[in-house]
Amino acid sequence: MDYLPNIIFAIILIAGIGYFAKNVQKLIRNIKLGHKVDASDHKSERWQNVMRIALGQSKMVRRPVSGFLHVIVYVGFIIINIEVLEIIIDGIFGTHRVGLSILPESVYGFLIGSFEVLALFVLVSVIVFWIRRNVIKLRRFMANEMKGWPKSDGNIILYFEVVLMVLFLVMNATDSVHIIEATGTTFQDLGAGNVISQYMAPWFNGLSENTIVIIERTAWWLHIVGILAFLNYLYFSKHLHILLAFPNVYLGKVVPKGKFNNLDAVTAEVKLMMDPDADPFAAPPEGAEDDVPAKFGASDVMDLSQTQLLNAYTCTECGRCTSECPANLTGKKLSPRKIMMDTRDRLEEVGKNIDANKGEFKDDGKQLLGDYITNEELWACTTCNACVEACPVSIDPLSIIMEMRRYLVMEQSAAPMELNTMMTNIENNGAPWPYNQMDRLNWKDE
Amino acid sequence: MSEELIVPTMAEMMAEGKQPEILFWVGSAGSYDDRAKKITRAFVKILNKANVNFAVLGTEESNTGDVAKRAGNEFLFQMQAVMNIEVLNAYEIKRIVTCDPHSFNCLKNEYPSLGGNYDVIHHTQFIKELISSGRLTLEGNTYKGKRITFHDPCYLGRGNGVYDAPRDVLKKTNATLVEMKRHKRTGLCCGAGGAQMFKDAEPGDKEVNELRTEDALETQPEIIATGCPYCNTMMTDGVKFKEKEAEIKVLDIAELIADA
Repeated sequence: MDYLPNIIFAIILIAGIGYFAKNVQKLIRNIKLGHKVDASDHKSERWQNVMRIALGQSKMVRRPVSGFLHVIVYVGFIIINIEVLEIIIDGIFGTHRVGLSILPESVYGFLIGSFEVLALFVLVSVIVFWIRRNVIKLRRFMANEMKGWPKSDGNIILYFEVVLMVLFLVMNATDSVHIIEATGTTFQDLGAGNVISQYMAPWFNGLSENTIVIIERTAWWLHIVGILAFLNYLYFSKHLHILLAFPNVYLGKVVPKGKFNNLDAVTAEVKLMMDPDADPFAAPPEGAEDDVPAKFGASDVMDLSQTQLLNAYTCTECGRCTSECPANLTGKKLSPRKIMMDTRDRLEEVGKNIDANKGEFKDDGKQLLGDYITNEELWACTTCNACVEACPVSIDPLSIIMEMRRYLVMEQSAAPMELNTMMTNIENNGAPWPYNQMDRLNWKDE
Repeated sequence: MSEELIVPTMAEMMAEGKQPEILFWVGSAGSYDDRAKKITRAFVKILNKANVNFAVLGTEESNTGDVAKRAGNEFLFQMQAVMNIEVLNAYEIKRIVTCDPHSFNCLKNEYPSLGGNYDVIHHTQFIKELISSGRLTLEGNTYKGKRITFHDPCYLGRGNGVYDAPRDVLKKTNATLVEMKRHKRTGLCCGAGGAQMFKDAEPGDKEVNELRTEDALETQPEIIATGCPYCNTMMTDGVKFKEKEAEIKVLDIAELIADA
């Protein structure tokens, strides 16, 4: 029965990683519902963006307070997770602090010491984050779209991190009984690595050795189970950005922000219209019917691109976009963050529909446009790119707004009346106002 | 009105067998809007003063289609673009300058894939070029010491990363340049972009141009400088709304430089 803990550990590990992998597959399937994107251009610029914006957090620190705290949590998260490697090996093989059998005491001590310091920093940062959300109540966390689940989601992640960091430190602080094979001492007696936990160790002084061992083992087990639970929580939470930020930034816009894509399908039709030799009644060439998209613009998630859908999963609902949106700042309904949250919610709904219908989407009478995002929101956008500029992970809410406007105008002729007048003017006299084309140069003599 | 402007058209140039060094794309606002026409005239005054060999399309110019595109009408945009490209390519245009950041962005970024490849610059960039090459000299006394704040047009700044040219030009006037708290990449929109110019705003608690004017007023400027005819309209309206039109002028950089 000596191997029981190892077996239980292996089962938990496989189940934890397996369930996550299953959800990742679902996530990829959902993203693939969107149009394919060609990102083979600007390769070096894309990699530079990944290094600078994703790894280097360059856009995060534009807001110094949250940026600095985020960098601590981010660095802490990545570095402390090196420890997980040791935990997994120990768990599977029943060893204790196997790192000491491989690394010199000084190196091991330095590593664990850094983890402990980072853990403390992360703890403090996370508490400040919690205060910003729940006590100071920063405006961008209080918006309409942040009520209910999104609000709890934000807090649950913070609680998760507090618990994980505390467990890590307690696990080290109570590691004062188990003799490590490689050194012949306990971790606390090692004299290296317990930078922070040495101050916590005395809290447990009055307890029996047995109790201390139980606390240490409990903390150890809860820590690794907690990490696996956190991993699996990601898929259901806004916190996916810790993984998706990297591909998302790679796929981010690499042309000037003002440049909107030209619809190729429209180009084909315009060319045909302008071509004096074109025969409007000619039969389309073989296979051409497949090239014509079902519709112009987007009314549902399947009409968006894979990048736009990845954007939706990557969004961590920080609200920097919304806090810089001129429409939102002046009390309009539009919130770029809500555009991203709606897109993800609808995509999830479509995904569940596919799961329930044996891999095929059954029309549910709903769509992104109307059921999630209203015309009023779409028409409030000034296309100023403030949201795109503000996003720390290169999400482009504006591109989704534009696709939906295209649908409204080209498929439904549902533009506001004044805009229809403006467009009719352009069609008739080449200006948005009803002036004569022949008067275009009158300014010269006025 | 005032002084005589020399404004050659491409058709005239062509008839004389000449090719201008640059085409001035006037744009719909610059051609028809009463306020924007003054900016157009001011810019031509600069071009004349610097002896720039330029031309306009005149009645052969049509709307870029930019505003239709932002409104979602890709068909109308591409129709306009293809028509304009036909004219521009027939005249073998290589370089274009415009006072409208929306035309600038559209011509520069959205025309190429439809067959229109030109070197497109904004008038503030061209003015900067004229000054640094010595073709245009400023006396530098008109605005000496005046407090000027510059409002970044979205499609010039964030849209295309041009933040310095307008500021560099303003510095040449010896004015005191003061920045609003939201400027350059965090600059707040005037509220006209994305076809908002042509419709009423959605319900809210404030107009965007009021908020932006408040940003500007905080800097206690004597002049609010703009680089876009639509921004100019929005800021002018904002200043009127705040009843500050007696103290604060809203001027395009072309107008400032034409008098500097």
